[in-house]
Amino acid sequence: MITILEDTINGILMGSIYGLMALGLTVIFGVLKVINFAHGSLLMVGMYVAYWAVQLTGLHPYLALILVVPVMYLFGYYLQDIVIKPIYKAEKQVREPITVIIVTTGVWYILDNLSLLVFTPQYRSLPDNPLRGKMIEIGSMLISVPKLWGAVTAVLTAAAIYWFLQKTRMGRAIRATSLDREAASLMGIRQYSIYNITFGIGTAAAGVAGVTIVPFFNVFPTVGVLFDIKCFIIVVLGGLGSIGGAILGGIIIGIIESVGPQFMAATWTEAIVYGLFLIFLFVRPSGLFGVKYDW
Amino acid sequence: MPFLEVKEIDVYYGDMQVIFGLSLNVEEGEVVSIIGGNGAGKSTLLRTISGLMSSKRGEILFEGAPISRSEPADIVERGIIQVPEGRRLFTLMSIKDNLAVGAYSRRAEADAEKTLKEVYALMPRLQERENQVAITLSGGEQQMVAIGRGIMAKPKLLMLDEPSLGLAPILIKDIFETVRKIADQGTTVLLVEQDVMHSLRLSDRGYVLEHGRIVMEGPAKQLLEDPHVKTAYLGL
Ligand SMILES: Nc1ncnc2c1ncn2[C@@H]1O[C@H](COP(=O)(O)OP(=O)(O)O)[C@@H](O)[C@H]1O
Ligand SMILES: [Mg+2]
Repeated sequence: MITILEDTINGILMGSIYGLMALGLTVIFGVLKVINFAHGSLLMVGMYVAYWAVQLTGLHPYLALILVVPVMYLFGYYLQDIVIKPIYKAEKQVREPITVIIVTTGVWYILDNLSLLVFTPQYRSLPDNPLRGKMIEIGSMLISVPKLWGAVTAVLTAAAIYWFLQKTRMGRAIRATSLDREAASLMGIRQYSIYNITFGIGTAAAGVAGVTIVPFFNVFPTVGVLFDIKCFIIVVLGGLGSIGGAILGGIIIGIIESVGPQFMAATWTEAIVYGLFLIFLFVRPSGLFGVKYDW
Repeated sequence: MPFLEVKEIDVYYGDMQVIFGLSLNVEEGEVVSIIGGNGAGKSTLLRTISGLMSSKRGEILFEGAPISRSEPADIVERGIIQVPEGRRLFTLMSIKDNLAVGAYSRRAEADAEKTLKEVYALMPRLQERENQVAITLSGGEQQMVAIGRGIMAKPKLLMLDEPSLGLAPILIKDIFETVRKIADQGTTVLLVEQDVMHSLRLSDRGYVLEHGRIVMEGPAKQLLEDPHVKTAYLGL
């Protein structure tokens, strides 16, 4: 019984981090209506920025946020502005432009290969960081400290983005654009600058996710591939565009992954995750929190 | 110098031309109607003025400055505000947030609080329901929000695309009454309508648009008496 509780708690913690990873994907989809296939690569870039920031300065991993958040924001902002926007403009009249999806796939390959070139396939980790391997003992349960930090960060990041979208002038403009980009432009909102900002926010969120995992996870050029499918599943589960849904979807996946192996072979838990994904696609394509209304 | 001057514009959807050498002008302080049936090109004209579409030929000037090649946001900053056909509210946002987005532009932002009071004075129901999500409102209320959102943008020229569309007669009266009040407060209004009687009654002048061409123009009173307008648009 205790092990199930322990696994559940650790699953919730890791799942929240998955949710944080998926946050940027869901925010970008909500506004640009585009599945960003480069999302895993953005996570990878975020992990490298975090890794090098900590490696070179020797600071606490979470202090790297000071650097990672602005760097990743600008990276996302200009990635959208320089690479994706021109494609968007060419397909102005299309509601869910397919070529943009193809371009994000290209970005994925380019980023992963660039990173292979620059950083080599070597696995890198931060063996001496103060969070690594730390556990808290509660009764006879062991709770991972770096995952606890990650989970708290995930919830805070989601809350911050939610607050920003609900309560600020720019946040309202972003929501308005996501609901009706033409009506928004009739109110003086510049669609493409909103897209840049949104991509910047989504990428910065991926950077925060990178910071939360480098204390206990290896960094390597294709590390994003380990997480991107998971992010897609989470986003569909939670409802495309839903911030709370991403965290909850992440937690569900996290629990299945950590509690599942108690009852069945680990490959089966993976099958369950994909099965759940399919069921949702068939039965409730709008996800747990997706809105019924068409945006 | 006219306030808004549209000079001989041609507008296309792809290869299909829908507006043919159209010219019109609006003077400051006027209420001008554009009337015409379904598919005449009324919405296309407003979309072109707002910069959502561009004309292949011709020119559009506002306060003497060319705006035909401007971005929609820059046209908004100049003070031309459109309340689009079908309301186009931000459906999942509250009334209050819809109105707040209306004041997004730099020129409207600073006065947002004051303008909001004016909007609420004009349409008190909106204040009562300010936290209600737009999609849950009735058609008439949605139109009020759409107009309110337009006013929040502090229009010099307010363009309304069929504000009476799909509303019950009693609500239509309310809407036109509201437009009347907005005009009385000094806003220049360009009103696109199929409800010819109501719109011409509150207008100074009117244009009749058929198949992408202006076929008639004149003082509103005169158009109301015109035999062609009477048979084609008033069913008399
Ligand atoms: N998105 C579009 N693509 C192609 N043709 C269009 C489009 N929108 C409108 N049209 C055509 O342009 C013409 C004018 O339409 P519109 O300006 O909407 O007329 P109105 O507002 O007067 O009803 C119509 O023949 C219509 O079919
Ligand atoms: Mg129309």
